[in-house]
Amino acid sequence: MKRRNFIYLTGVGAAAAMLPAIPVWGNEIPFEKSLEYVDPASKKIIADVALNAARSKGATYTDVRIGRYLNQYVVTREDKVENLVNTESYGVGIRVIANGSWGFAATDKMDKDSIAKAAELAVAIARENSRLLAEPVKLAPQTGYGEVSWKAPIEKNAFEIPIKEKVDLLLSVNDAAMKGGADYINSILFMVNEQKYFASSDNSYIDQDIHRIWPTFFITKINKETGKFETRNALSAPTGMGYEYLDAKPEHKIHTAAGTVYKGRYDMLEDARQGATQVADKLKAKSVEPGKYDLVLDPSHLWLTIHESCGHPTELDRVLGYEANFAGTSFLTLDKWESKKFNYGSKVVNITADKTEKGSLGAVGYDDEGVKCGKWDIIKEGILVNYQAIRDQAHIIGLDHSQGCCYADNWSSVQFQRMANISLQPGKQPLTVDDQIKNVEKGIYIVGDGSFSIDQQRYNFQFGGQLFYEIKAGKIVGMLKDVAYQSNTQEFWNSCVAVCDQRDYRLGGSFFDGKGQPSQSSAVSHGSATARFKGVNVINTARKIG
Amino acid sequence: MAILSKEEAQAILKKVIGFSKADACEVSLNGSDGGNIRYARNAVSTAGQISVMSLAVNSTFGKKTGTATINEFDDASLQKVVKRSEELAMLAPENPEYMPLLGPQDFPESTTYNAKTAAMTPDTRADMVAKSLEVSKAAKLEAAGFLENSTRFNSVMNSKGLFAYNKSTNVSFSVTVRNQEGTGSGYIEQDFNDLDKMDTLALSKIAAKKANGSAGAKAIEPGKYTVILEPLAASDMLGNMFRGFDARSADEGRSFMSKKGGGTRLGEQLFSENINIYSDPFNPELPSSTWDRDGLPNKRTQWVEKGVVKNLSYSRYWAAQKGAQPLPFNRSIVLEGGNQSLEELIKGTEKGILVTRFWYIRSVDPQTLLLTGLTRDGTFYIENGEIKFPLKNFRFNESPVIMLNNVEALGKPVRTGSGMIPPMKIRDFTFTSLSDAV
Repeated sequence: MKRRNFIYLTGVGAAAAMLPAIPVWGNEIPFEKSLEYVDPASKKIIADVALNAARSKGATYTDVRIGRYLNQYVVTREDKVENLVNTESYGVGIRVIANGSWGFAATDKMDKDSIAKAAELAVAIARENSRLLAEPVKLAPQTGYGEVSWKAPIEKNAFEIPIKEKVDLLLSVNDAAMKGGADYINSILFMVNEQKYFASSDNSYIDQDIHRIWPTFFITKINKETGKFETRNALSAPTGMGYEYLDAKPEHKIHTAAGTVYKGRYDMLEDARQGATQVADKLKAKSVEPGKYDLVLDPSHLWLTIHESCGHPTELDRVLGYEANFAGTSFLTLDKWESKKFNYGSKVVNITADKTEKGSLGAVGYDDEGVKCGKWDIIKEGILVNYQAIRDQAHIIGLDHSQGCCYADNWSSVQFQRMANISLQPGKQPLTVDDQIKNVEKGIYIVGDGSFSIDQQRYNFQFGGQLFYEIKAGKIVGMLKDVAYQSNTQEFWNSCVAVCDQRDYRLGGSFFDGKGQPSQSSAVSHGSATARFKGVNVINTARKIG
Repeated sequence: MAILSKEEAQAILKKVIGFSKADACEVSLNGSDGGNIRYARNAVSTAGQISVMSLAVNSTFGKKTGTATINEFDDASLQKVVKRSEELAMLAPENPEYMPLLGPQDFPESTTYNAKTAAMTPDTRADMVAKSLEVSKAAKLEAAGFLENSTRFNSVMNSKGLFAYNKSTNVSFSVTVRNQEGTGSGYIEQDFNDLDKMDTLALSKIAAKKANGSAGAKAIEPGKYTVILEPLAASDMLGNMFRGFDARSADEGRSFMSKKGGGTRLGEQLFSENINIYSDPFNPELPSSTWDRDGLPNKRTQWVEKGVVKNLSYSRYWAAQKGAQPLPFNRSIVLEGGNQSLEELIKGTEKGILVTRFWYIRSVDPQTLLLTGLTRDGTFYIENGEIKFPLKNFRFNESPVIMLNNVEALGKPVRTGSGMIPPMKIRDFTFTSLSDAV
């Protein structure tokens, strides 16, 4: 159980089973209060209190994160507003090294006395734990940046948009789906603003303003005669953007055999209309014949496969064993990287880590230990070439600097290695989705993410989806249901035969990537263009109960 | 100090209600105090401590509700938070599902608090981890684990006179022990209200034994097998199903509890006759709060009797719609078993697979509750009543509803994350592929 106070979104009612469990951290505040910004000068005063207190108790390194985390959630179903939630979580987390060991303490009392006490507690914990150390923590060198700032390049701050406008949008989305024949729809707008201030004993004072938005819905349709039901979730992506994400122009739409998919912006109303039609089609769809199929995977689906089978196994803390008790370890062991010839995928598989990509969930100026962010190769022409590391791991892979992958989901959480945006680079030759489908004899075209599961070393996985279309002799012949594919990471990425070009490159992502103990959520994006895989094992997931 | 006594909490809540001008007002005051320590590669990695307290005011005019919260408790702050919630209520849309407040209720005192757990310090935690590390270091194995303790209080009062208070403690421990070659892995997890029950040394020995025992695993063909699920594995499968005992989603036709042609499966034989499930907040091994967040008392409730669905949970709103009694779901679930130990279940098995735990379970089809996931940290082949050799991990695709129709034997229930769950012997459990993961 998490140790912070939390509010679970209530009143979601019947669809709760279909929604992710959504923890909403923090205290509820009036909507207009979200627009106030805390002056960096006053945060510097607080930070210096903590830095000085820790230093005076013998800390050899200290960082202080003063965080104001704002969440706004608008939750509706059919013609009802179920919940309007606006939360703020404000406090300070202090991390120190003393006697070579990490210590951490956090408080939401922002007076100088409480902050100094928290810093002292962090030092006391570090000293207490140093008896359980194997070797002292070794940090990659980091030059201080002085007083700097970074703001996400958004066009419209979602917190400035009146609540009524957001409620009206969701209710019109619901209305469109219901008129289109849906039996139920739940729709949600999630908005996040992280106002983070980082200060360290390396002389960095970094003020950052980060925004995220995720509009989504879940449509259900029931065949009362058979008692069967199907669902269709939104094809939106959570993004590191402002409210402009909901303002889609024709250039943001790609028309495919599965209807319209979205690039960079999202038309929620249009997607609800097509979703209502597609959920009815799903009820009538043919149950898949299990066997080997070529898969053509849309970016709205493939992001999750990339996340699980490339993002996680290349996290250095997993490779080293720091996540062994929870998220697991990794099959991409150091010897595979050292060999410089481990064949992770085929030649067309180029995967990068990028903490700077505009509009992505992971984009920040500096990570949560004050390291300026960048971009680097992870898989180059199919070969494993690098990992994702933070300051206390960099030396293990021979780096003299951190790659800037440190993140904490709250001021009260200790920062640790989290996934950068990990993306499959588009193909260099011109190639469209239609070209991909034309090249398939027997296959399935999958759009949208669904069920997902992968083992603790990231070998064996199984993925579902939202929409499945059967391909025969280069043509789409109809819709399928009960589809899931199972594969092995290395085998799967080596079966990748072609990736569409830059025109089809799109981001997907997650607000709720879980890792660590106590568990923390991180938001991360994954880009790709539609990609084709040869001969993947597809199973039929239909069962009968009662 | 973030943990208030019943009297201290009651005094603050009374004061806040006194400031209210709304038609209805409900105030909750909650606090928690806790710490944790994490280790990996046989050494401590991170550790921390945090304490928080917060007050939330729900003010309602007609059917319009506003909520505001605060973490300062002087009179001026309390007045401010009440006023803010009233202003928000005026601006809020009407909630058609709003239910009037409940009057005073009778809640017996729970047994969820333990003073010794509440008194844990960074020093206690480090000592408990040191014991776990003793085991792994002595056996030349590698441990990664997590120990966390928390004390919390929850209290609520409303303008119709309802008052409820609960104080609880929890200490949880989990450890993964692996051999140095990375070919064997074992795991154990346990949580208690009472620190005295937690023995990190004994638990780490179990994980270490599994780590050694699971090395050198052999592959066998996936397919349908008789399995013995240890309580942890059974709990992993069942948690999701328990949350589905909800009348509204069943009535709406979008749950495994929905009946063909409309209505719910209440009263139907959905599981084998040997399945009995109830919840009881006074279960001595797994106590829970005697009231739920709606302000309703948690009472002993029979959910399944001899395989027949006896109750579904109803929110106050849905109960009013359906002319039913509101019935909260409760964490203290017990799936009744027998008296057999895990060893006796193994002894009585001719051919089968012993599963320590599952991992990465996700819903594949909400209609049938089909789940997928993988075995992890100790999977073994059983022949003629004995564990013969360790097995490579499998992916499964199986529904807990189907599973509870294929129960051959049940052992003695133990406390797990999903309730008191017995080890179970299940026939025809569906494994669909092999995994190379250790």
